Amino acid sequence: MSTQRIVFVGVGGQGNLLASNLLGQAALAAGQHVVVSEIHGMAQRGGVVESAVILGDATSPIVSNAEADVVVCFEPVEALRILNKANKDTLLITNTRPSPPFTVAIGAAAYPKPEDSVAFLRSKLGKVIAFDGQSLAEEAKNPLSLNMVMLGALFGAVELPIDVKTMKKIIRSQTKKRFAASNVQAFDLGFKAAA
Amino acid sequence: MDVLLTPSGGKEHLLLGNEAIVRGALEAGMAFATCYPGTPSSEVPDTLYRLRKQFPDKVKYYFEYSTNEKVALECAAGAAASGVRTLCTMKHVGVNVAADPLMTLAYVGVRAGMVILTADDPSLFSSQNEQDNRYYARLSGLPMLEPTGPAEAKEMTTYCFDLSEELGSPVMIRTTTRVNHAREAVPFVKLGKVKQTSKFVKNPMQFVTVPAVSRNLHLRLLGIYNQAQAISEKSPYNKVVGKGKLGVITSGVATNYVMDAVADLGAKSKIKVLKLGFTYPLPEKKIASFLKGVDKVLVVEELEPILEEAVRALAQEKGIAVEIAGKVAGKVPAKSVDIEPPAFFSRAFEYTPRLVRQTIAKYFGIKHKDTAELNLAGMPTPPGRPPNLCPGCPHRATYFAVKEVAGDETIYPTDIGCYTLGVLPPIKAADFLICMGSSVSSSGGISRATGQKVVSFIGDSTFFHSGITGLANAVHNNHNFTLVILDNGTTAMTGHQPHPGVNTESIGDSTTHIPLEPLIRGLGVQHVTTIKPFKVRSAKKAIEEAIAFEGVSVVISQELCPLFARRVAPLTKRVFQVVEDKCKGHLDCIKKVACPAMFVENGQARINPLQCIGCALCAQICPENAILPVKAEG
Repeated sequence: MSTQRIVFVGVGGQGNLLASNLLGQAALAAGQHVVVSEIHGMAQRGGVVESAVILGDATSPIVSNAEADVVVCFEPVEALRILNKANKDTLLITNTRPSPPFTVAIGAAAYPKPEDSVAFLRSKLGKVIAFDGQSLAEEAKNPLSLNMVMLGALFGAVELPIDVKTMKKIIRSQTKKRFAASNVQAFDLGFKAAA
Repeated sequence: MDVLLTPSGGKEHLLLGNEAIVRGALEAGMAFATCYPGTPSSEVPDTLYRLRKQFPDKVKYYFEYSTNEKVALECAAGAAASGVRTLCTMKHVGVNVAADPLMTLAYVGVRAGMVILTADDPSLFSSQNEQDNRYYARLSGLPMLEPTGPAEAKEMTTYCFDLSEELGSPVMIRTTTRVNHAREAVPFVKLGKVKQTSKFVKNPMQFVTVPAVSRNLHLRLLGIYNQAQAISEKSPYNKVVGKGKLGVITSGVATNYVMDAVADLGAKSKIKVLKLGFTYPLPEKKIASFLKGVDKVLVVEELEPILEEAVRALAQEKGIAVEIAGKVAGKVPAKSVDIEPPAFFSRAFEYTPRLVRQTIAKYFGIKHKDTAELNLAGMPTPPGRPPNLCPGCPHRATYFAVKEVAGDETIYPTDIGCYTLGVLPPIKAADFLICMGSSVSSSGGISRATGQKVVSFIGDSTFFHSGITGLANAVHNNHNFTLVILDNGTTAMTGHQPHPGVNTESIGDSTTHIPLEPLIRGLGVQHVTTIKPFKVRSAKKAIEEAIAFEGVSVVISQELCPLFARRVAPLTKRVFQVVEDKCKGHLDCIKKVACPAMFVENGQARINPLQCIGCALCAQICPENAILPVKAEG
């Protein structure tokens, strides 16, 4: 079976690691070989958080530069920063709602306009899906469910060896009970946005 | 019930490498565990702590967060010498702290299985250096195993307890970040029986290391090396995969990159891989026979050329004329993280599957075309996103007060924890840092050598870890500086573990609390004050007095880490807002402290109400009194 290398990138607090972990659990439940890798330590302090899910025969836990098949970005400038993982055939899915770092607040750096960022992404990649995922999380009445929106978008846009039912079952059983319904709703909204 | 406590075996579960190590220890019937937390090892002790707390009836092991790695290892050594199965975990630099007991513990050995985890951090994701702790096996003489991923980490952990008992010696497991923080399917076997207590049987000729005893013990250790090597020769963890006249020797996480590369290059019938998991002592006969069967060999290992040097020495000793390549002495990569292929391997930073594939292809002359990297010229520049102190972090307030009093000229030695982020602008209160505890001790050196004003920072957990002896030294030798202890009541950086200065009643633990102030007075410090950092005016006054004091003075800045406080009870303070009519746009609030809850809009400061927790620091900085609490609704 061919290998699918999926990279998730976001900002501390956006639930990136939960998304990759749930995708990994769903892969295992679907009988697929899967390796997940995470970088811990800085997540709670507003830094960049990256994780990877590798489906298929590969055993390496990380994705090299230019070798991601799919990049899922929770924040538009992080989509730029992670672009070294992509090649021209990579599918990139990004939330367009900015989450500016404090370097911008103190005037030490400028925040590129999201439309400029997306235009650059489109100029380099054949396939870019960009939408305001945060507004869909809000529509699901759970502003913290952006990670589920982006997971849904991944399933909507990419043929994965995991069926949607299995993924939703994992979301229901592995996320906090009081958020389970809104998480699934957020997943569905993300799915539709990217399908 | 937690999946890690599943009594039976048979099923597979997706586990983090560190959770897999916990499961492996439980399957081995571990009865005792100690640690000092540190990335990338922390989830091992944190999981042991959580399981014990959530399932006190199901869990049969003793667990403690020790004050530092030396203490953790000595405590563990006592348990293992008494005859219970013991695990001791730490990050790579923690082994430096524990190196003293480690070297002689290797002499005396253990009476029940003892496993020491060293979690190394190539590429320095969360560390001050990227030392290669495989050297510690060679330095101490302790056997070492290196897993390639979570499933093997679990299996090896269990095996190491048995091996340790067979040899009467502690055994080290060396992981790297990509093993600790990877997840994969891990097959379970049933939980082991736990022998919870034992009896210490006296034997000074083994356990009291006076010279006459230790001379014999050194010979014992050399004997264990031979015994361990014979086991390593037959170990299923050292095996040849594939066939062909081209050879690769590898260990640890790099093994995965090699196996993927051989598959990607379609070279399964050309390249034969010697995968080493039991890496000290090395299986010399197995390696020699591998060398004899190939035309040329590439050694693939992250960091130091340890396998490579051993393989070269072995080839020379056995008279095997085979070309061996690996790292190139003296070659320094052009920039961090990336090393430019197709060079030979670097001694710096972690490898990637692509780098390993390209290097193997180049060395063996295999044609292969990789996907092209994108040309990113013209990309809008992403603004830097360094990690930052959280909104409402008391460290920010302490730093603000100290900088207001002591300015930019003062020298600020700092230490290891969240507060190291004080190095970033606009705070910029970090001038010297080498290891845990270095703030206190180096302050004496800097102030003596220069006569400059010195104010140093250390966290509460780090102070207990290795600040106390430095402070005793400073008092005894009449040094002159001010130490600020950033006492946030927890070990925040590594995930809010308790330490001796924490009053753990609030989190339902029964450990004994050692308050800082009497301890510091007991060390002989003549000027000690405790401040509340969010009361800016009184904090500044206390800091001024402390700095004016001739000799060693200590300021304890006491305020709970809000992330930790939130776990114990909901935060109740009202959030703040900027009154638009009053804000004149000086932006002092933002420029001086850079709280992530604040941003600029139309030249005025603004506060994000979702991030503000009402610490009121900015309100005390604003010269116009334009920052006020949001009125309660209704």
